[in-house]
Amino acid sequence: MSDGLVTLVTTTARPSRIALVIREVLSRPSGFIGLFLVIAHVLLALFSPFFAPFDFKAMNANAILSPPDATHWLGTDQLGRDILTRTIMGGRQAILVTAIATPLAVAWGGLLGIYLGLAGGRLDDILMRVVDAFLALPWILKMLLMIVTFGTGIGVLIPTLALFYGIPVIRIARAATQNIVARDFVLAARARGHSRVSIMRRELFGNVLDALMVEGAMRWSWMLLAFTSLSFLGFGVSPPTPDWGLMIADSRNFMAIAPWPAFAPVIALSSLIIGINLTADALAKALGIDRAQAAVH
Amino acid sequence: MTGDVLIDVQNLSIGFTGRSGKLLPVLRNIDLGVQRGETVGIVGESGSGKSTLALAMMGYLKHGLRVISGQSVFDGRDLLTMPSRELQRIRGGKIALIPQNSGQSLSPNLRVGAQLTEALALHGKLTLSAFPARVIQLLQQVRLPDPEVIASRYPHELSGGQQQRVAIAMALAGEPEALLLDEPTTGLDVTTQAHILELLSDIAVRLDKAMIYVSHDLGAIARVCSRVVVMYAGEIVLDGDATTVLTNPGHPYARGLLASIPRLGNPSLPMALEGRPPPPGDAGPGCSFVDRCAIAEAPCRSERPGLHPLLTGGRVRCRLPERAESIPTKRDGRPASAGGSFGEPLVRLSNLAISYARQSLVDQLLGRKPQGVPTVDRVDIEIRQGEVIGLVGESGSGKSTILKAVAGLVGPANGEIAYDKSGALPATVEQRRPEQLREIQLIFQNPDESLNPRHTIEQILAQPLQLYFGLSGDALRERSIAILERVRLGAHYLDRLPSQLSGGEKQRVAIARAFAAKPKLVLCDEVTSALDVSVQSAVLDLLDQLRRDSGTTYIFVSHDLAVVRALSDRVAVLYQGRLCEVGPAAAVYSRPCHPYTEALLGAVLEPDPGARPVLMAEDIMELSPPAKGCPFQRRCHRKVGSICESTTPPQRDAGAGHVIHCHIPIGELTSAQTVSALGNVVRPHVQ
Amino acid sequence: MLRIFFHRLLLGIATVAIVSGIIFAAVEALPGDACTAILQRDASGERLANCRRELGLDRPALTRYFEWASGAVRGDLGISAHNNKPIASLVGDRLKNTLLLAGCSLALGVPLALLLGVLTGLRRDKASDLALSTIAIFAMTIPEFVTATVLIFVFSIWLGWVPGIVTASASSPLSAFFPGIVLPVIVLTMVMTAHIMRTVRSSVIDVMSSDYVQMATLKGVPYWQIVFRHALPNALLPAINVIALTVGWLLGGVVVVEKVFNYPGLGHYMIDSISDRDLPVVQAIALIVATAYVGVNLAADLLAMAFNPRLRTLKARSP
Repeated sequence: MSDGLVTLVTTTARPSRIALVIREVLSRPSGFIGLFLVIAHVLLALFSPFFAPFDFKAMNANAILSPPDATHWLGTDQLGRDILTRTIMGGRQAILVTAIATPLAVAWGGLLGIYLGLAGGRLDDILMRVVDAFLALPWILKMLLMIVTFGTGIGVLIPTLALFYGIPVIRIARAATQNIVARDFVLAARARGHSRVSIMRRELFGNVLDALMVEGAMRWSWMLLAFTSLSFLGFGVSPPTPDWGLMIADSRNFMAIAPWPAFAPVIALSSLIIGINLTADALAKALGIDRAQAAVH
Repeated sequence: MTGDVLIDVQNLSIGFTGRSGKLLPVLRNIDLGVQRGETVGIVGESGSGKSTLALAMMGYLKHGLRVISGQSVFDGRDLLTMPSRELQRIRGGKIALIPQNSGQSLSPNLRVGAQLTEALALHGKLTLSAFPARVIQLLQQVRLPDPEVIASRYPHELSGGQQQRVAIAMALAGEPEALLLDEPTTGLDVTTQAHILELLSDIAVRLDKAMIYVSHDLGAIARVCSRVVVMYAGEIVLDGDATTVLTNPGHPYARGLLASIPRLGNPSLPMALEGRPPPPGDAGPGCSFVDRCAIAEAPCRSERPGLHPLLTGGRVRCRLPERAESIPTKRDGRPASAGGSFGEPLVRLSNLAISYARQSLVDQLLGRKPQGVPTVDRVDIEIRQGEVIGLVGESGSGKSTILKAVAGLVGPANGEIAYDKSGALPATVEQRRPEQLREIQLIFQNPDESLNPRHTIEQILAQPLQLYFGLSGDALRERSIAILERVRLGAHYLDRLPSQLSGGEKQRVAIARAFAAKPKLVLCDEVTSALDVSVQSAVLDLLDQLRRDSGTTYIFVSHDLAVVRALSDRVAVLYQGRLCEVGPAAAVYSRPCHPYTEALLGAVLEPDPGARPVLMAEDIMELSPPAKGCPFQRRCHRKVGSICESTTPPQRDAGAGHVIHCHIPIGELTSAQTVSALGNVVRPHVQ
Repeated sequence: MLRIFFHRLLLGIATVAIVSGIIFAAVEALPGDACTAILQRDASGERLANCRRELGLDRPALTRYFEWASGAVRGDLGISAHNNKPIASLVGDRLKNTLLLAGCSLALGVPLALLLGVLTGLRRDKASDLALSTIAIFAMTIPEFVTATVLIFVFSIWLGWVPGIVTASASSPLSAFFPGIVLPVIVLTMVMTAHIMRTVRSSVIDVMSSDYVQMATLKGVPYWQIVFRHALPNALLPAINVIALTVGWLLGGVVVVEKVFNYPGLGHYMIDSISDRDLPVVQAIALIVATAYVGVNLAADLLAMAFNPRLRTLKARSP
């Protein structure tokens, strides 16, 4: 199945799997561009406060909605704030929250999914019914209920996103596990008398990990979508914190006269999401996984 | 003579571009001519290129393959360069394919009748209104009962044998001049196979079509073909009439191949043909068989032999065909069984019943037990220490299920499995004690599946060593190497992944993994069935050697009667999950024997051109075992009467531990089988 | 087959029941209730207690759940805390509008997605496939509000072809929504088409490399006959399930699109109700959406069975 990877293994001294994967991904144009975009965004998110030209909340009544010029490379918004600064800092909240929530979601969803796929039985039946019922509700309703109850702080958003977005991962991990469990080498391990935990660790993990890695990339993409949509609607980050969703919402009213306050965050957000997807695509090809099976939302 | 040539493959070489960019050949310089009305068998193992050649005869190349040189000429025109519109007319119309797995090759969304009609519409010369009648006629021609019903069914509603017959009918619909058969009976039960082959040879004779029969099974080819071509590593190495090739072939590979096939009549282990064919592109400048050849000389390595005509007719690709005669084609002497005494009973299956019926949600809620007939029932077998007992049967016989129950992967619904001195074995693995887990080891059929593709061989072997003996570090490594050497692999295999090993090597690793635990009982589930014929014998040899060295007991499951005979001391024959007979191997394979055993033995295809299988059992698909009476009641050719349906057959003692479950008394059975058509195949048992 | 239908129906009803329980419990967990919303700053002490008694909010949760649930089954979804009108009529209008939006998007998107999916599947890895597949991924994962903003800018502000915002109100007749509905439909269509197209593509690729398609080729069946007669009927089966999922999403996930374009649909109403803490309305909408989702999936399962001979006949023949 993973023809991209295994046929590379011809020499006796084998480099680690991670190094091989990264090399495969970078060898494709989609992977190269994607990874570049993602890393660029992450670096910006981490280090932008150190080289941003202006203070993101500094308002300037004399330069409202001014077009790009020598001082303000991308112009100013309706409160006179520098758009360049706010744009390069606009991803910080979103990336911070989602970059923490994604591994959490994949971890808990993956573990539970593997366990259910292995155990089966009544627990599996019941939990999958609950999962189905849960997925019947639109994501935004679920998010909003949480926010309205507990507020919009990071301490709420990270666990909420991790909790809700881990649920589709359960499905994926369970399906992948069920596929593998039916295979003889798992039966052989069971027949030898290995414990369930040991089987999970030795036989399943590695094989399910590939699917989870690709799914993880997609989860990150969906979470960013959720986070920025919430900000756009006014339920996420609160001003004056710069955030792309919020910036796009603000700029809508003035688009006719000043389009650039909308352009900058649109391009920034789009490029990050495109980057993640290109990377996920290249990763899936390198690992030999069919992406159409990946879960949605 | 040349005017009669229908298919003419001329110097054809086909290959694909490997990862490194090199062109790797799958077929090399094939020259093959087939005349009208001729039946040719193309024999080869995996990697021989036989399927590629067969498809090339229809002008078809699988994705990724391309022509390096040569032509595939049909009726005077090269198919490989023909425009697709004309190809469409020829495929199905002049030359038709009967595929390997008809279940997968028939479109699932169209009814059988519709698919046959499509073939008629494309190639037949009839008018539209005549189609329905012709469809029925075709189905009758392939001996399907109730053709109208079959025509209205979907492919998945038919049994394997029925699907294959439909595929044959579909191929005949276009009234082609040539039929191409790509392993058409692989995957079918022994008895079904025999029926299909009989049909095919009948068609070959009556309809006077050219037939190209591609298979790895020499027995099937012996049944149908008058001429045999042997392929190895993408080349034709031998071409001649069936009798010569199958009894006294002129090429070392063919001789080695014949010697490695287990025979019913010869109870010894076949001679192993060690090594494996070179992968595409790896063959050196000389003969491709040189590494495995018993008579190879230095020049064989440097010059590639051409295909020379033989005095006796036919062609051979060998520098020393006269010397080839010295290679034996069968092994005499050394039977596998240790003979004589064995130890205490190790395993006793008493009234064992296993059921796969699943509980529906409603049943679970109501606490009801699943209804229905058990998959396995009333099985009583005693296995003594150090012996090899073979479990033989076709699909649905329950033999694998019994093995899984002994292994603890499925719990019995009734009865018990007693082990050693500790009494009844706990039903599932989770409940068993560590020594029991260690002492009972299971080896699976398909080595591609039973080894984790992400683990190195070292990691695979480490698992039992760590689990059962707590070994680690140097001690672990030393023991791993020791075990690898026992299965005739070396320390350099430790770092490899399963995908880098051949099928035979992988199976040896699986065997090594089982023996690493120092087991008392090894359960072999069709361990040779997924391997090439020449590799099978090496594995059997290995298993026999290991048994001698360590006194391990085997329960050896297989559908291949000859393989079981070669290795086993005692044999149990199963049908639909019930026991038909148990006894010493020699006794079971001769008369008297159970009617089902008789049918099985009659259906076995030996690679002997003179042999004709005897068809006894009806070719019916069994959906589930009968609720009462003898399991074989629906198909038995010696059915007594209604007693077979109502009463469980009694256990009749034929002497020396041979027990037959049949309503017919032993004496009657013996005399009836003596005069039957079975004659030579089922010899009288001499005690 | 009838037995399976009833089995699934029961399962569907059970799912809706579980969902309704979850919704009710979730709303219960929210701080405040209808009374705090009505009384606002006066919500304390005597007045709060009286209000609660009046509205029956002091009864145990289980009782109130059953009352609500049984009312919902009969079509009575309660009273809006915001303006005291019956929820059923308020929701009814907006549901109609959302159905219009969903309907137009489906009518445009599904045929397009099927066509593109089949084309890209047949032309696997060629230039057209790579281009379309890449666009599809972006259409799927870039947030709708971003796409909407870009489209508004290009087609409304810059080109001025269509309005960037919907001015009709909830109870306006359907005709009032044109041409304002054009951009929202385009945004939804883009997302939906992308999803369906990818599934169809994957399925077509699988089927075209199957043994039976190879057999049909070797039988001499012409290419397009293979595609339409042997391949597509098998390849399009998974599309039914994806389309069902999409319909479910359309009914409940279009919140952002409705908000961006100010479209008076169910999603927009849901957001406003959450902001206003109009909890009975939130409950009602959630229930409707969940029921629709389950219902559509049930229909999809049955359709899949109807079209897949394997599922139909195997069940019918087993004892």
